[in-house]
Amino acid sequence: MDPVRPGAADGVIGPGAADGVIATRGLTKRYRGGQLAVDGLDLTVPAGSVFGFLGPNGSGKTTTIRMLMGLIEPTSGTARVLGLPMPRAARTVLPQVGALIEGPALYGHLSGRDNLLRLDAADPTADPRTRGARVAAALERVGLAAAAGKRAKAYSLGMKQRLGLAAALLRPRRLLVLDEPTNGLDPQGMREIRTLIRELAADGSTVFLSSHLLDEIEQVCTHVAVMARGRLLAQGATADLAAGARDRLVVTTPDPAEAARVLKEQGAADVTADGDQVTGEPPDRDLAEVNAALVAAGVRVRGFTLRRASLEDSFVALTGEGFDVAR
Amino acid sequence: MSRADTATTAAAERGPHPLWTLGLLRSELLTTLRRWRALVLLGVLAAVPVLIGVVVKVRAGGGSSGAAGPAFLGQVTDNGLFLVCTALAATLPFFLPMAVGVVAGDSIAGEADAGTLRYLLVAPAGRTRLLLVKYATVVAFCLLATLVVAASALLTGVLLFPVGDLMTISGTTISFTDGLLRALVIALVVAASLIGVAALGLFVSTLTSSGIAAMAATVGLVVTAQILDQFPQLHAVRPYLFSHYWLSFADLMRDPVYWHDLVRGLGLQALYAAVFGSAAWARFTTRDITT
Repeated sequence: MDPVRPGAADGVIGPGAADGVIATRGLTKRYRGGQLAVDGLDLTVPAGSVFGFLGPNGSGKTTTIRMLMGLIEPTSGTARVLGLPMPRAARTVLPQVGALIEGPALYGHLSGRDNLLRLDAADPTADPRTRGARVAAALERVGLAAAAGKRAKAYSLGMKQRLGLAAALLRPRRLLVLDEPTNGLDPQGMREIRTLIRELAADGSTVFLSSHLLDEIEQVCTHVAVMARGRLLAQGATADLAAGARDRLVVTTPDPAEAARVLKEQGAADVTADGDQVTGEPPDRDLAEVNAALVAAGVRVRGFTLRRASLEDSFVALTGEGFDVAR
Repeated sequence: MSRADTATTAAAERGPHPLWTLGLLRSELLTTLRRWRALVLLGVLAAVPVLIGVVVKVRAGGGSSGAAGPAFLGQVTDNGLFLVCTALAATLPFFLPMAVGVVAGDSIAGEADAGTLRYLLVAPAGRTRLLLVKYATVVAFCLLATLVVAASALLTGVLLFPVGDLMTISGTTISFTDGLLRALVIALVVAASLIGVAALGLFVSTLTSSGIAAMAATVGLVVTAQILDQFPQLHAVRPYLFSHYWLSFADLMRDPVYWHDLVRGLGLQALYAAVFGSAAWARFTTRDITT
């Protein structure tokens, strides 16, 4: 596929997405009430990635997804999906995108199968001759084949979630936008969905996964972006972002005050005591010596560990719930 | 190139078949008619002619003859075919427009309420295409609802009353076949006289994300228009109320047919459909879908 440069005339742009499967520039949405939901978003989702979109509730994730899907008109800025401008090119772009937005929404009076038949009929590029087979395959893939004939209103939340996913999988998609796809699922269901996401990525689809579950993002995502209060705080490869946060030295002791003093003496920064745990940034020296110093000072040490930085640490630091947000 | 890429690119190159778009209309009709709400409304509409027929039969047996009541009520005992006209005259002021108002009001707002609208739009149904399909479905429901009343009335009329050649309002006699044909045309005219309400309901439906609010507002507008049509002081406005020419379908039972009001009535419906259809389009194609 030829790479397509952004900035070329919109009319001649093909389905390429050299600059990212999703690329937004200064994307902004201000609702009529004056509330700024999304503020100057520059998001780039690389092709073939499993892209985690993280942020606390009300951080503008859903508004962003709705703008990407052409449901909401941006106040300013641009959004390109699969290399084409949204919402203008919705008719070309959206048949190649499967989406689960803010949970499933179903016709309660129709069966699971009929729900999918209707959504497939809504896509003018979907071949009705293969409709039945594609619907059956999608139901099979999310494990709903046995319940396909039941009315959707009798479905549990987990089954509704699976049906929503099945709708996104009716056709091979170049991009899947999945907003909290494991909501309402039990741990076994969550594992199945994560396996499914990995399979989809292996098939060549780019997966844009919004979630508040850091574990989930860390387990399946190759890239991640963090949003808070409508702004993008960081984006990049998951490993890079997790590495950005520092490891913490954790000392468990019945003498926290003394331990904190010694740790500071030994060069540990940002030392805090909480109950019998004293934590700090490890100093630039052999940690065995730090431990020896603690013992020499008469601190009774129950535990002495180095806690590896996780994505959660970066997230807490970035969203300002940590103390070092100003850095 | 990946598997997903190959498959979708191939589909994009082939392009959609023009007839495939009809799949959405079929799906929309089925989805609408499989709701309990629509079935109950059609059931009520089917029951009204039966009720009128039984009441007329019982009263005719008692020997009393009332002058009041819907148009053609007096002629029903002479010829069962007139029950079609009576039933339509009885249901057109309220039952029929209410049923259409419920279905039209629910069309977009109900989907927004349930959240299914966002999935239809990312399918992508296309906003203009979806609106056209919704309007076509509501108009089809107008026709279906009217035909349900007419068919139920015809059946009841034939079962309870004598049928045969019938006398027009003008006093001439026409054959039963001719009468049957006119009854069918009357049903079509009544259905057509509801397309204004259908467009109004569709427009209201694009304004809100509450199906109930849209249905109530549309039915409220139907009632309001009919109340306003009662005031002689509003004579300047009355010819523009969508309900003003509704009962002119009776002119089809004249010999020769008196077309003046019929044509004005249908023209008015076309005007409503154009104005509120455009307003619905302008609103729906620019609206932020946040549900």
